[in-house]
This record gives sequence, C-alpha cells and structure tokens, in this order.
Amino acid sequence: MASTTITNAPNPNRRALLATGFALAYVVVAVLALILVDRNSLWYPLYNVFAYSMYVLSPILIISLPIPNPIKFGGLAILLLIVTPMLGIYNNSYMEIAVQICIFAGLALGLNIVVGFAGLLDLGYVAFFAVGAYLWAVFTSTSETVFKLNGWLVPGEMFWVFLVIGVFIAAFVGILLGLPVLRLRGDYLAIVTLGFGEVIRILARNANDPINITNGAQGLIGIGKPPVPDLLHGITNEAIRIMSLRVDNPGFVAQQLLFYLIAVGLLVLIIVISRRLEDSPIGRAWTAIREDEVAAKAMGVPLVRMKLAAFATGASFGGAIGVLYAAKQAFVDPTSFVLLQSIIILAMVIVGGMGSIRGVILGAIAMTLLNLHVLTNLSLQLNALRNVNFIVPIIDFPIRNWPNQLEPAKYQPLIFGLVLVLMMIFRPEGLMPAERRKLELKAEREESAGLDEQAAPQPKGDA
Amino acid sequence: MSTTATVQDRPVAPKANTLELVQQSWIYRFLLFPIGQMLIFIAGATILLTVIAYAIAIAFPAPNPNIDLVTQINRQLPGMIISGVSIGFVYSMIALGYTLVYGVLQFINFAHSELFMVGSATGFVVMKALEDNGVLKEWNPILMILFMLVCAMTVSGILAMLMERIAYRPLRGAPRLVPLITAIGISFFLIDFVRAGFAITRNEFNLTYPVRSLEMFATPVRVAIGETTVNVRTTSIMIIISAVIMLVILNYIVNGTKLGRGIRAVAQDQTMSGLLGVNVNLMISLTFLIGGAFGGAAGMLFGMNVGTITPYVGFLPGLKAFTAAVLGGIGNITGALLGGLTIGIVEAFLNGVLVYYPALGQRYTDILTFSVLILILIFRPTGILGKRVDEKV
Repeated sequence: MASTTITNAPNPNRRALLATGFALAYVVVAVLALILVDRNSLWYPLYNVFAYSMYVLSPILIISLPIPNPIKFGGLAILLLIVTPMLGIYNNSYMEIAVQICIFAGLALGLNIVVGFAGLLDLGYVAFFAVGAYLWAVFTSTSETVFKLNGWLVPGEMFWVFLVIGVFIAAFVGILLGLPVLRLRGDYLAIVTLGFGEVIRILARNANDPINITNGAQGLIGIGKPPVPDLLHGITNEAIRIMSLRVDNPGFVAQQLLFYLIAVGLLVLIIVISRRLEDSPIGRAWTAIREDEVAAKAMGVPLVRMKLAAFATGASFGGAIGVLYAAKQAFVDPTSFVLLQSIIILAMVIVGGMGSIRGVILGAIAMTLLNLHVLTNLSLQLNALRNVNFIVPIIDFPIRNWPNQLEPAKYQPLIFGLVLVLMMIFRPEGLMPAERRKLELKAEREESAGLDEQAAPQPKGDA
Repeated sequence: MSTTATVQDRPVAPKANTLELVQQSWIYRFLLFPIGQMLIFIAGATILLTVIAYAIAIAFPAPNPNIDLVTQINRQLPGMIISGVSIGFVYSMIALGYTLVYGVLQFINFAHSELFMVGSATGFVVMKALEDNGVLKEWNPILMILFMLVCAMTVSGILAMLMERIAYRPLRGAPRLVPLITAIGISFFLIDFVRAGFAITRNEFNLTYPVRSLEMFATPVRVAIGETTVNVRTTSIMIIISAVIMLVILNYIVNGTKLGRGIRAVAQDQTMSGLLGVNVNLMISLTFLIGGAFGGAAGMLFGMNVGTITPYVGFLPGLKAFTAAVLGGIGNITGALLGGLTIGIVEAFLNGVLVYYPALGQRYTDILTFSVLILILIFRPTGILGKRVDEKV
C-alpha cells in the first residue's frame, strides 16, 4: 500500500518500528488498565466496558498495522497464548468473553463462506451450529434421554473424535439443505434457509416424544467435557501462584483455560482454511457465482458442486464450533438456536464486511463485545448506581427512578436490528471491506456519478 | 377487457352481445366478479381437502381404536371450513402486502410481518382505550370494529410508507442482498421496539384484547346443519365479512381507478411509466401504504380472533402468508387470495385431523407449512397463477 506514493514514502524500517512500538504500547496500556483498577469501585462496570474492549480489539490492531510478519505473528501468539490466559485466570469473566468471541468468530467465518464468498444469503445458519451442539449433547448428557437409558453415552475423552464427526455431520446436513435450494436465489433462498433453521429448532424442541432424543424444551443438562490434561492443571496452578491470587476452584479455571485453548485453536484453523480457500480455484468459482451466476455458468463453473461445497464448508465450521459450544456450556436447549442467533451472526459478517476475513473477525469481536460485555456491564453499572441511590448531577435525576424495563441488556434485538439497517444505508461494504469489494463499490459509485452528469438535471430518483 | 376484434374489423363495431355487456358493467367487474372468484376458490379448496381428509381417515385409521375418524370428521367439517376460511382471509390480506410490493419493486419486504404485528398491537391499544373509557359496551359493535380497523390500517399503512421512505428508497438499485438485510434489521427493530414500549408502559407484553367482555363475542352463534349444530365464532364471521368488503374495495382501487392504473403501470415498467408522467415514487409509496394497511387490518382481525397477542405474533402468520403469496404466484393479487385461502383451509384441516395421530401431533403443523413452501419453490417457483419470468442478465 505504501509503495504507491514513492516520493514521500517514509523509510519502511522506521514505519515498521513505529507500528511495532505503537502496538506494544497499546497492548501494555490496555493490560495495565485491566489490572490496575479497583474492582469494587462504583464506576468499575463502565470503566470495564472501555478497558476490556480496548484490550480485545488489540489483535485486530496488530494484524492491521504494517508490522513485519515474524514480529506480527510472534506478538499475536504471545497475546493469545500467554497474555489472554493470564488475564483470564486473573478475572474469569475475561476468559469467558474471549471464548465466546472465538466461538462467534468461528461461526461468522463459516457464514462468511456462504454469504460473503458465494453470495448465498443463509438465514438459518444457526441450524448447523445446533446440529453440532446436539450431536455432542445427546451422547453425553445426563438427562433421561433414550441414549442415557440404553447406555449409549460416551466418555468425555471422545470429545476430539466428536469434533471431527461434528464437522462431517454438519457438512452432510449442509448438503441436504443445499440440494433442494440450489435453484433458488436471493430472496427465496433467504426465506427457505430461514425456514430450515426453524425446522431444525422445532425438531429439537419436539423430539422428546414418542422417543426422547433431545429432551424437548427442557434441554439437555450435564453435557460431558473433555478431560483437562495434568500439564494444564500444573500451568494453571503455577499462574495462580505467580499472580498470588486466591482461587476457590482451580480445577474450573483449568477447564475454562482448556476451552479457551481449543477455541483459539479451532479459530486459527478456520482462519487458515478460509484464507487458503479464498484464493483457491474453489474460492474464485464462488466469487464468480456471487458476482454473476449466469456468466459463471457460461464460463464453465460447475454451479451445483460449487454451491454445495460452499454450504458444506460453511456448515462444517458451524458443526465443529457447535460441539465445542455444547461442551463448554454443559447445557443446550432449543432457545440457543433461535432466529435472532442467526441474525446476530449475520450482523457480524455484515458489520465487518462480507467476504473479508479480517473484517468478519472484527465484526464478531465487536458484536460479541456489544452483546455480552457492553450491554451487560451497562446494566451492572445501572444496578450499582441504583444501589447507592445515585443522583445524576445537573438534571437532578435519581437513578432509582430509571424504569427497570429500560435496562440496556434487554435491548439486544433492537440494537442488532438498528445496526443492520444503519450499516446497510451508510456503509454497506462493512467496517473493513474486502479489497475486491472496495474496488467494486468504488467503480460503481464512479459509474453512477458519470451517469448523473450525462443525464438531464432532474430530481434524483424521481423519474 | 379484451375484445376479439382485429384491426381490419375496427370500422364495423362488433355487436356486443349480452354477455359482453354484462362483463363490462360496473357491478360485474367490481362486485360480482371478485366475490364470485372468492366463492369459487373457497369451494374448490374445501372440496379438495374434504376428499383428502376422508381419504386419510379411511386409509390410516386413528391409533386410538375407540375413535372413528370418519364420524369425527363428519362432525367437525363445518367448523373446520369456517375457521379455515377466516384464517385464510387473514393470510390473504397479509399475502397481498407481500405481493403488491413484489409486483412493484421485485423485492420481498421481510418486515411486512411486523406491519401485521403493529396492526394487531394498535387494535389492542384502541380497544383497551375504549374499555378504559367505559364506552366499549355502549358503542355499536360494528362501528367499534370499523373504528379499530381504521386505526390499525392507518398506523400500519403510515409505518409502511415511512419504512419505504427511510430504509428502502435510499437503497433502490443496490445489490439485492442489501435491502433484504435492511428489512430483517427493521423487522427485529420493530419487534423489540413494540415489546419495549409495552414492557415500559404496561409492564408486560402479552396483550389480551378485551373481547370477552363483549356479549357479542363471548358466545358463539349456533348454527344447525342437518342433525348437528355447529358453534360458529362471531369473530370468524367478522373476519370474513370485513375481509370480503376490503378485498372488493382493493379490487376496485387496483382495476378501476387512475391510481390503480398508475400502480400497475409502475409494476410493468418503472422507467417507461415515469417517462409517461406517472409519479413513480408516489406510486411506490402508495403501494406500501395499501399493503401496510391490509397487513394492519389483518393483524387487528387476527388479534380479535385469537384474543391474546405478543410482539412476536407476526413471525408465523407472516411466513405462512409469504408461503401463500408464493403458492398463488408472487406479484399476482388474485394469486395471493387463492394462496391465502388454500393455506388457511389446509391448516384448519391439519389441525382438525392431526389431533388423532399423537405421534405426529399438531406440533409439526408449522414444519408442514415450511415443507409446502420448499416444495412449491422447487417444483413450481412461479406458483399456481404466476407467469414465468425469465431471469434478466
């Protein structure tokens, strides 16, 4: 990027040094901001909103800055494998959010294959996630299902095997969905996939009678977890000792740490696969289908196979993440797989920029933070202020009079709906658009601007 | 509308026979024809489904040996038909909104189901206000229903216009996915906005229409058919009457007025009609207004029929109505009517018959609607009455 302006390009070494220094300073400030604060102070939740958000956005910052690759990836590895786990052990809610971000980033990248790469709007993506989650759940749950009664349960060690099985089952379901909808496009495809997502959820809710498979609306409890290796226990205890923390249940922390590591590993794998697919012949075929299906077909792109491949790949990511999610939550029920969940994942893809891997990760971070961190902490802050009977200065408004129903955490759908509408109107290419899409939109704008000049000066849109 | 005369025949005006005269008359075009069409659709769908229901009853005896399915169906048939027709009209009225907008903009307004929901919420607010002011029992019921209908239609219609103005018009000409995603966003926004509104003002969002407090709606009308007497709910009759009147009016607006001609012209060719002096933006706004008003009216009628609604009430009827619109042929107004009635009657029959098969049960009726939708889209994406439209490259 920098090489385009040759005359006043700064010395690349100096640039890299500056960028590295800036990134390092950013991370250090963020970490210090998280550690050096009194967690019992009145304004802690509000402070936390900014401090942790700042920290969580640091990987995206590191990726975006022009830092030499070895330092970049080394830094990322240190950040993800050492700093974040330490912070997570220090404050467990940070670990929780980090795991959720990895889970949702994985899902968003899966949906990105279908929506961003191949241009097939899938509103039932959560179905594949549900398939993966229920797959692991029915085989390990302690609920009184047919699996438990017949002794078909599997031990937690099988988690790794099921991660792989989840990939294949979800890919299979993806193809099952893909086959009937191959001929549909645009609006029809969206509504059929939406219906498919609902069908999977209704099946999960109703498959407790006559044979109890999913335990219906009550959900499955006591889902198995992968066993924690001794090494991880040792590391956790050591970390706790170094930071001289008092932890009641180090076993639980080690378990969380294991889930975090699995989630990061899966996410890295998904990113690598997405990246490799993007520039592969398959990825180019997807782009061709997205841009013009008829032209792609005329050029010999096998539409059927490529569309099925997109559905299967996207679904397989969802399946693997689903297995992890079920194990982590230890409880699944049909309400985790409602349409809103699909829409939230879609919002991540859209906010970040359809087709842009970096953007989608940014979108997943932003949306998950908003959903699980910002809104929750704002509600906590409200309650904290209510408990001390805080009175807003200047306007003399007692927080206690703030209606209970106006808690920020209750307004998820409203906010996500608004985000979708505003993004579409003002920045349809997303926060971090894919290079190709950026160029496309630029060309489109120039083209339409040229047309406007040629046309007679009429009020726009009013033919 | 079309005569058989060719160009050469023109000078000698063909003698109009009585039939043609009748067909050109106002009464036929705007009263007899649409009502007759509805009756034929209802009769056709009912007869077909009755045959199927009996066939199922004979082919698959109910698991419970004490129940004779055929006699059960004999007993329930009139009730099933009436509830099917009334819910069918509700679906038709929603489907009209999808179809009108699709006809003009070739775009599926995903947020249309929320116009239905807003309509039913408005109906609740109005009825509750009437009750709180103590005039609910004093007003003439017909006047009251009319008032509620007008309120629901106004609110939903204006909301639809605003939606188009704020969210869809700036995106005209954008890739197809863009307005679709906007519509989903609007849908979620509206649901939560209404939920929050009622949660703050009333502390709950289960809205129960005070229908029961009215004597007229509390007791069903008993109609004797042969040996059996059937309880017909007053609300079902109300839905059917209001829907028929409104559909006749819609038929008049679309086929008999200058405004309707404008809408049809824009639906055929936006640029050309613009060049010929039709105000395209106004026509699109009006299309949204009409579609929204019908959605709102359907919502209010539906609310009175089921009694209790929530902000989430729009999703399933909206989806079923969309299925209806696709079944009839999207973009086709008659198709929306046919599709809605068919889906409504199918649903009533399924609800009536599936009770006797506990293993399947009513829990899966919603899945069946989706399956119908998927099957239509795969095998006849243009619907029953739709014309084949080739993809523009």
